[in-house]
Amino acid sequence: MFDWITFTWDMEFALEILPQLLRAAWITLQATVVGFAIAVVVGLVLALARRGPRIVSWPVTFLIEFIRSTPLLVQLYVLYFILPLYGVSLSAFVTGVIGLGLHYGAYLSEVYRAGIEHVDKGQWEAAIALNFDRRRTWTNIVLPQALPPMLPMFGNYFIVMFKETPLLSAITVVELLQTAKIIGSRTFNYVEPYTLVGLIFLALSYPAALVVNRLEARFARQRQ
Amino acid sequence: MPANASDPASPENGRSDPGPVVRFEQVTKRFGDLTVLDRLDFEVAQNEKIAIIGPSGSGKTTILRVLMTLVEPNEGVVYVDGEPLWHKPANGELVRADEAHLRKVRKNIGMVFQHFNLFPHMSVLRNVTEAPIHVLGRSRSEAEDQALHLLDKVGLGDKTDQFPSQLSGGQKQRVAIARALAMQPKVMLFDEVTSALDPELVGEVLNILRDLARDTEMAMLIVTHEMQFARDVADRVVFFDSGRVAEEGPPSKIFSAPENPRTQSFLKAVLDH
Ligand SMILES: Nc1ncnc2c1ncn2[C@@H]1O[C@H](COP(=O)(O)OP(=O)(O)OP(=O)(O)O)[C@@H](O)[C@H]1O
Ligand SMILES: [Mg+2]
Repeated sequence: MFDWITFTWDMEFALEILPQLLRAAWITLQATVVGFAIAVVVGLVLALARRGPRIVSWPVTFLIEFIRSTPLLVQLYVLYFILPLYGVSLSAFVTGVIGLGLHYGAYLSEVYRAGIEHVDKGQWEAAIALNFDRRRTWTNIVLPQALPPMLPMFGNYFIVMFKETPLLSAITVVELLQTAKIIGSRTFNYVEPYTLVGLIFLALSYPAALVVNRLEARFARQRQ
Repeated sequence: MPANASDPASPENGRSDPGPVVRFEQVTKRFGDLTVLDRLDFEVAQNEKIAIIGPSGSGKTTILRVLMTLVEPNEGVVYVDGEPLWHKPANGELVRADEAHLRKVRKNIGMVFQHFNLFPHMSVLRNVTEAPIHVLGRSRSEAEDQALHLLDKVGLGDKTDQFPSQLSGGQKQRVAIARALAMQPKVMLFDEVTSALDPELVGEVLNILRDLARDTEMAMLIVTHEMQFARDVADRVVFFDSGRVAEEGPPSKIFSAPENPRTQSFLKAVLDH
């Protein structure tokens, strides 16, 4: 049975723990931003590698499918507990952002792939006719056309990733959820910390979602 | 050796007599079971203006795309200015060309496409300056001066800051012509450059090409369905049929007294139409 007696909101306690939670929110944000930056680079590299010769594209395709079909939590455990066995010992935070970066990099590589395929074939042919080298063809012609329509999808994944960061608590990163847990086990008050964690997530991801919606609307209009 | 050196037939003296700027030697291209170019032999002289005509599917586009290195032939050798295009010499043999070789030889070739293929994210001016700056290594000011001159020539000197989406089809195609000219190729390829245009815009593009054909030293290969235009600009008209040159000659002969029955029926069909 749910115990209504303990479901009371202690405002004083909430205000007391708020600064600690906000500091933890800062860690969460850092993990999201750094993880996403890694994902943006990893995604592009994977997408380009997939277009390479078979000897490259097949293992890369396998890697992408592998990452996408196993849980992020498992991947984080693998990185956190198995890498040190091979002499690679990184802090929990660094391990966590690498895990996030690889996992979402695999997803973003699909976004890149779709964006690149969306660029008209005639653009590649014009690039050849004007004798651009490969690098310039990508940087000056293809990517500037492929990237803008991808921004809403990037935004979506950014928010999804942000909301997945509590998984990092499983490998002892002291982010928002971990901090709430610590406060709860110290004070035996769980209502305030967890509620505040929820509110902080809401306060950050809702405006972000609005921005993404506006981006989406803008590109939908442009396509018409 | 002095006697030999002055001999115009000696290979060392080959430069004094410019050979064909383009030469197809027994070139075959197949798509699956379909043979699109069939052991094609074909030459383009320096400065020559050629109109390529022929029925749909006869391989007109394919021959241009092979030259532009967009389509790799299955057999045969294509020479551009005496150099093999899709092959490079190695130990006295011709082996498949690598990217560096393709880039070196294809700088002689330019192309204007049926669907323009302008860069939509760049202004008109940048469309024309981008390759001279990043491919030829020109300075920005030099490239812009040249671009302004070329855009003036195609009648778009006042559109430099517009984007392709703001232009009419005829204007887009004229930008594409300026963009290709900015690379100063020796051979320029035109693949039905007016057939995606509204009828009232065809004339403005054809007029540009007429002027260009008259004023330029570069060779032009023009695939077209505009027979009057072909007659006006071409030194030689080439009639393609089933991946081969079925008949060729000066416009006066091809249009007035075609010999091949295939040419006769093709011309009858398009001129009646
Ligand atoms: N990439 C390709 N894959 C398969 N078949 C192709 C390809 N490109 C061209 N073909 C085929 O090769 C044949 C010759 O094509 P091509 O485009 O050279 O003809 P064309 O003379 O330019 O015709 P049109 O007047 O219709 O433009 C056609 O039957 C076409 O369907
Ligand atoms: Mg064609």
